[in-house]
Amino acid sequence: MTDTTSEPRAPAPDVAAPTGTTPPPSAAVGAAATAGIAVVALALLALLSQVHGKVAPWGIAGLAVVLGVTAFSGRVTLPASPLLRHLLIAAVGGALVLVFSDHVGTFSDFQIAQVAYFVPAVAGLNVLTGHNGQLSLGHGALMAVGAYTAAVLMTHQPHVAIVVLLVAAVAVTALVGAVVGVAAARLRGPYLAGATLALAVALPELATRYRSILGGEQGLSLRTLSSPGWLSPSFPPERWLAWVGIVSGLVILVLLANLMVSGRGRRWRTVRDDETAASLVGVNVPRTQVNAFVVSAACAGLGGALYGLANSLANPAAFTVALSFGLLTAIVVGGVGSLAGSIWGAIALVYIPHLTNSASDHYKLGTSVKGNLPLAIYGLVLVGAMLVFPEGIQGGLRRLGRAIPGLRPRAVERR
Amino acid sequence: MTTTAHRRGMRMAATAAAIGLLAAACSSSSSKSSSSSSSSGTGGPSTTAGGTNTASATGITASTITIGSHQPLSGPAAPGYSEIAPASNAYFQYVNAHGGVYGRNIVYKYLDDGYNPATTVTDVHQLVQQDNVFAIFNGLGTPTHLAVEDFLNANKVPDLFVASGCTCWNNPSKDPYTFGWQPDYTIEGEIQGQYIKQNYANEKVGYYLQNDEFGTDGAKGLDEQIPASSVVSRQTYDPTNINVGPQIAALQAKGVQVVVAYSIPAFTALALGAAAKLNYHPTWVVSNVGSDVPTLKGLLGTAGSPLIEGIVTDDYVPNSGDTSNPWIQLFKQIHDQYDAKAPFDGNVIYGLSAAYTFVQTMLNAGRNPTRDDVVKVVEADHYAGGPYLVPFSFSSSNHQGVSGTQMGTIKNGVLVTTGTPYTATDTGNIQPYTQAPSTPPANGIPTASS
Repeated sequence: MTDTTSEPRAPAPDVAAPTGTTPPPSAAVGAAATAGIAVVALALLALLSQVHGKVAPWGIAGLAVVLGVTAFSGRVTLPASPLLRHLLIAAVGGALVLVFSDHVGTFSDFQIAQVAYFVPAVAGLNVLTGHNGQLSLGHGALMAVGAYTAAVLMTHQPHVAIVVLLVAAVAVTALVGAVVGVAAARLRGPYLAGATLALAVALPELATRYRSILGGEQGLSLRTLSSPGWLSPSFPPERWLAWVGIVSGLVILVLLANLMVSGRGRRWRTVRDDETAASLVGVNVPRTQVNAFVVSAACAGLGGALYGLANSLANPAAFTVALSFGLLTAIVVGGVGSLAGSIWGAIALVYIPHLTNSASDHYKLGTSVKGNLPLAIYGLVLVGAMLVFPEGIQGGLRRLGRAIPGLRPRAVERR
Repeated sequence: MTTTAHRRGMRMAATAAAIGLLAAACSSSSSKSSSSSSSSGTGGPSTTAGGTNTASATGITASTITIGSHQPLSGPAAPGYSEIAPASNAYFQYVNAHGGVYGRNIVYKYLDDGYNPATTVTDVHQLVQQDNVFAIFNGLGTPTHLAVEDFLNANKVPDLFVASGCTCWNNPSKDPYTFGWQPDYTIEGEIQGQYIKQNYANEKVGYYLQNDEFGTDGAKGLDEQIPASSVVSRQTYDPTNINVGPQIAALQAKGVQVVVAYSIPAFTALALGAAAKLNYHPTWVVSNVGSDVPTLKGLLGTAGSPLIEGIVTDDYVPNSGDTSNPWIQLFKQIHDQYDAKAPFDGNVIYGLSAAYTFVQTMLNAGRNPTRDDVVKVVEADHYAGGPYLVPFSFSSSNHQGVSGTQMGTIKNGVLVTTGTPYTATDTGNIQPYTQAPSTPPANGIPTASS
């Protein structure tokens, strides 16, 4: 949790630096250089977006790698204010992905949309488990709440704006999260896991119990998102779906990133590390736990609403316990507590079934094996990751960065 | 804390980098696979007797026609239904071995959706956008196919012969590219209801329905025929909950003597078992989709198989146990050659028959059809001479499918038909169909008619 870095140009720690002092000259140059790099990157991106064919996606990917390594290397000074910093990264990253989606086929756009709807849910679970120490096996059910809220709203108001739909899903799921959070506030560890597992099993059953409102086994259908008027008529709906997902995902990531560096985030980590010590320094432990659960649930609700929009359907069979386990696997694979890890985890969630299907076809495995292989893989990955690489992909990338000469040595992660 | 801020910033930028890399890698690999599977325009026209084949539409090349489907190869609907697509594929392989359709081989890609509509959406997106299939054939399941019906029609992909009896596929104004195949559940319910009215007039009737359109459409047909006063209990079940004991107990408590079951095979078997445990022996009238004898025998085991005796059900193609029927002899030969691992049961007959309809369609559509041509050809309804016991009802205003069925009872493990087949519409109008059934063509492959 403490920062032990060897930053050559770092100003003195916050507590000593008075506000309002002029930054040292090297920092000013650094800031200008960063701004310059961002402008150059966006110009290159605009150029690449005019190019057709295979060059564009590869070019954008290459640009993304270069930018990533540059930022990682510490050669650029990112804005000191967390909000600005996160917004800058989100803007550049978002622009890269949006232009990228414009140059790949519609099926790839659909897959990007699939990754995009998992990102908020995985990120929410990630901050809950990584920063607040609560293990939830019920986030699949919370995604279901988001999806069904969007579906019910769309059934009654067919032409509701997407933003209203998503905000409503977030609000309702946050409410459910509050109820569940309060109920589970006294539970810890395996007991909390068990209680959330019960939620995961029981909640989708509500859809079949209240068939008239919630559509039963058939589910509720959502009107397919059509692209808005200001885009050309030939703009594929899958790409618009991907764009909506990417923008929503980035908003969530920026908000969560800000939250994690704020005082509230610090309180969450304090509670995670030692509840007794936390309460001794005046942190209200139960309220912190409930808050964390509400935020996490709200993120899952957004993911669920996007899921419903992508599939044009909210149905119980889509939100099984397997989904909750999948989300858990995603955070472990990506790197627990890491927001970038949420993205790796979301990608893994979309591609593991894809890969297992191809592998099953290649090795001619029976259909019952093929159908259950993803779930088996999730279990194996969870066990394996915990034993062998508990820091996930993001931890692996960090270690890789440390290993490459010329890049600034990474500090020990604040965990 | 600029250093932690730096790290976070780097992470976010590294994120963008890696998304780009991964998505680029995946998009390039996906485009590779789409060019290796069939796509339109590869290879020039090829000449076969009677004309030149061209790549006339997406999914059609000079030498192949590629079609796709979503099937429950795993999951709650897999028992029985997972045999349908391999059986269809067996018929396509047979046709390919005998010259194909105008010299083209039919390539049938069917993906597993586990009866989960969310997976169906991914599968169908992949088939249409990545694999560039010409049409979706025999997509199975009501909730699953409903999830993709709008997408297919918006993209003008022929959605032929949906493997589900929901009335939802018969909506030409909204979904002009979608066609049903089997008699829908309302038509089946009407014909079964008429049979119950004629043969069980004074008995108490109860319903055991799947909790979705399958059950409600069936009930609609039944209610049109069976007087409301006779129906004393209506029970439903969810495919995700295998405990149907409470529903059966409720039927028994009301003294139901005739249970009409609109259930998939797994849940028919569960109901039969639950009733046996409660020592409850009503007459079972089961929908065709849940009454296949070999499937039920497999589910119930040798000890439970006697429970199948006496079940009243219906069928609209010849029964797999009717070994003297020339269609069954043809199908058995094809099954033994191309699909020998599967049991020879009603699901296999279903798959072979649906494939026969598709081949008839493509032959009628001419040498170089477009997607729209095929839609018009189906509506023209030139399907004489197939294994179906009654004709189709296709027209520009009707996309329903086989227009009726024939009742029968299971005796000694074989479905024995009674009376004549009947045709019906969704609003009643039940008529007996008295024309003689057709015999298969000599080589088992239909000829074009237009």
